[in-house]
Amino acid sequence: MTAPTPTRPQDQPSVLDSLPGELMMWVLILSELAVFGAGLAAFLAVRITDPAGFAEAQTHLHRTGAGINTVVLVTSGWLAALAVQAAEAGRKVRLRGLLALASALGVVFLVLKGSEYADLARAGIGFETHAFFTFSYLLTGFHAAHVIAGILLLGLVGALATPRAVETGAAFWHMVDLVWVLLFPVVYLL
Amino acid sequence: MKYKTQKIAIAYFAVALALFTVQVTLGLILGWIYVSPNFLSEILPFNIGRMLHTNSLVVWLLLGFFGAAYYLVPEESEREIHSTKLAYLQLIILVVGTAGVVVTYLFNLFDGNFLLGNEGREFIEQPRWVKAGIVVAALIFLYNISLTVLAGKKTAITNILLLGLWLLSLLFLFAFYNPANLALDKQYWWFIVHLWVEATWELVMASILAFLMLKLTGVDREVIEKWLYVIVATALFSGILGTGHHYYWIGTPGYWQWIGSIFSTLEIVPFFGMMAFAFVMVWKGRRDHPNKAAMLWALGCATLAFFGAGVWGFLHTLHGVNYYTHGTQITAAHGHLAFFGAYVSLNLAIISYAMPILRGRDPYNQVLNMASFWLMSGGMVFMTFTLTFAGTVQTHLQRVNGQAYMDVQDQLWIFYAMRFGSGVAVVLGALLFIYAMAFPRREVIEPGPAVAAE
Repeated sequence: MTAPTPTRPQDQPSVLDSLPGELMMWVLILSELAVFGAGLAAFLAVRITDPAGFAEAQTHLHRTGAGINTVVLVTSGWLAALAVQAAEAGRKVRLRGLLALASALGVVFLVLKGSEYADLARAGIGFETHAFFTFSYLLTGFHAAHVIAGILLLGLVGALATPRAVETGAAFWHMVDLVWVLLFPVVYLL
Repeated sequence: MKYKTQKIAIAYFAVALALFTVQVTLGLILGWIYVSPNFLSEILPFNIGRMLHTNSLVVWLLLGFFGAAYYLVPEESEREIHSTKLAYLQLIILVVGTAGVVVTYLFNLFDGNFLLGNEGREFIEQPRWVKAGIVVAALIFLYNISLTVLAGKKTAITNILLLGLWLLSLLFLFAFYNPANLALDKQYWWFIVHLWVEATWELVMASILAFLMLKLTGVDREVIEKWLYVIVATALFSGILGTGHHYYWIGTPGYWQWIGSIFSTLEIVPFFGMMAFAFVMVWKGRRDHPNKAAMLWALGCATLAFFGAGVWGFLHTLHGVNYYTHGTQITAAHGHLAFFGAYVSLNLAIISYAMPILRGRDPYNQVLNMASFWLMSGGMVFMTFTLTFAGTVQTHLQRVNGQAYMDVQDQLWIFYAMRFGSGVAVVLGALLFIYAMAFPRREVIEPGPAVAAE
């Protein structure tokens, strides 16, 4: 006994289809933003308990280096955006060159970041030194790991060189960029 | 039933349900020990009973997953299982191993023996010969299923199912690694059970749910696959580092408190996704499938998993909260509803769907099966509430006011008594379910005459 069920439209194009690149990349980006957002919120909450200690600890970081790194990453993001345009125009050589430059700036970011970590390590500062460093190491460390992943991903999408792949890689790279732009003021400047 | 090797699933489901009976019966005994603590204290010490209750649960759920794989892989891959003999050999190894474990523990045999004695690590204390047997059985299973899938049609459902089953088997290898350092021991210990229930088993769960939704609702495979990938991605993203919520107080560095709190909070997302998935598929569905019981279990599974694993997990996952609630009855409340919702209901859903088809009697005993759903789920939800209240009172008296553990236990008696009652409902529900599966009556309920509403 089955009653005739009214057919409902399930084949309409969904809004999800209009997203550039892979849907899964957007799921990942949202998840990443949730994690970094929660980390920053926790950082700010714990900071309320010890503003003086946080301010003192912050002086051990490389503020100028981090400022330069902001410019480096934003420029790199711009190059990745140009690479997307090149991919859509079908100019493979140009898009690969732009992605190589974007990746090279990613390496510059890691070198500057590495010199800060090295100085902190020489000063004997670790995760457990102060709550500030637990957060700054966790947040910037996770972020640096994403820069490494992003460089690998840009290499991969450069090899594939399809517009969809480059869009997907650039979306990830912009997320890495965006997260740094949020981390920088909170961790280094506030 | 389209493929005759799907019949293998019957044997797996039968053994799984037999162990289910053992598990819930032990649960009832343990529930009574909470009410009357000296009950059986000489014959069945509490820790042995608890271990049997937990381990028989894990083993029967795994047997159910194996059965589900043997049922759905032929249908998805559109070919017979590679080897029927190997499938039954695998089951025999697992049954012998399980029996060996139970006998070794109950009579405390071969203590200290490298091969035959128990290893003394809670829940992975199986004697080495059993662990080796489990690995051999897992290898046989993976070989058998992988060859079937590789030779046939590959679908997102079988890909995700295989990924989950391969990873969970690999993770079991940590059972062989026993570091002398107790903190490290616990760290690796969680690689097994946490990365099972909060990562790899979720892949199995999502793919089996997807298979059920495909069959029961008739929604397009493409739509189902998109949901499946999103659920799996969020499960792995949150679940892997979510392991950190077990590392708060075991001697690992302090940063785990933040990693664990943040990532494990996100673990609610895939469970919400699975619940949303199940309901959206049913609303979108064009098919009015006659197996209402399987549908009820599938929706119940997604809903209770969201509350048991997601909401009740979040209740005590933040390290600031867990500092007070760790190891209280709050944990027990979460454990019961999470396992029941996510994995028990999932197994009972696929069994409810597959058994009538496998035995050529579909659909049958819908009413009894659905009654068992409400009895078991109602009992389990009530149990969750009693334990949550017990845990809240316990946390306050013991952790905030600093009263002694046993003094607090005395004051929780009323909750334990009510929990025992809800346990009786769960056991009756389980027996009713098994009866409905094992003693089929063809049952056709004629709808009454339709009367227009006035």
